[in-house]
Amino acid sequence: MKFGIVVNEGPYTHQASDTAYNFTKAALEKGHEIIRVFFYHDGVNNATRLTVPPQDDRNLQKLWSELAEAHKLDMVVCIAAAQRRGILDENEAKRQGKDADNIAPAFRISGLGQLIDAGIKADRLVTFGD
Amino acid sequence: MSDAKKFLYLNRKAPYGTIYALESLEVVLIGAAFEQQVSLAFVDDGVYQLMAGQNTKGSGFKNFSNTYKALGDYDVRNLYVEKESLDERGLSVDDLMPITHDTDDEEDLPSIMVVSRAEMAKVMSEQDVVLSF
Repeated sequence: MKFGIVVNEGPYTHQASDTAYNFTKAALEKGHEIIRVFFYHDGVNNATRLTVPPQDDRNLQKLWSELAEAHKLDMVVCIAAAQRRGILDENEAKRQGKDADNIAPAFRISGLGQLIDAGIKADRLVTFGD
Repeated sequence: MSDAKKFLYLNRKAPYGTIYALESLEVVLIGAAFEQQVSLAFVDDGVYQLMAGQNTKGSGFKNFSNTYKALGDYDVRNLYVEKESLDERGLSVDDLMPITHDTDDEEDLPSIMVVSRAEMAKVMSEQDVVLSF
């Protein structure tokens, strides 16, 4: 089955990102296809590479990046939601005149059209968040 | 349009205490370009999103309520509002903004449809994609 995944909450405050990660991993292990993981609302905060969680806890950003790299996942961060919350890639940082970017490996910034497109192409679009 | 999917945007939260209502509307407006069959549903505190006379002065929030009135221009014509959610909050359809759309034949058709909880469940079950905010 083709799944689209939507992550609507940031890491740690809510379990949503953990559950989405575990679902995505399990679906891939079962041989399903993940056509896209879309990060919206505070979910965009999963995509900063600057988080430093305690060493005895999970590092969600790293888990997502590694999973994406292993399975060539398309992980998309909504640009409008990202700009509100200070998630920038190199191009956006330059365009907005900011002195740094912070996007983590394997995430890319794009528009909300990618969410609709995932809804159209997926057999099931599964949302994680409040 | 034959391969168009039915998208339902389910709005459950009040317009200003969280960002969900505003960011839901942003998806609706972008999604309108994809020529899918789009409906919006308003349940629980989500019914407050359609209240007439919204005033955000003093809170610093952007008042985006006029955007709902423009939905008809984006061919978004079906706004389902759950009757029980209105009743539970002491509201009626008269407390909501008048929201209309035009078709090829007629102008100013009402977009808001008040439906029962049972009817809302049926509306949801008929969708291909439900995005919940």
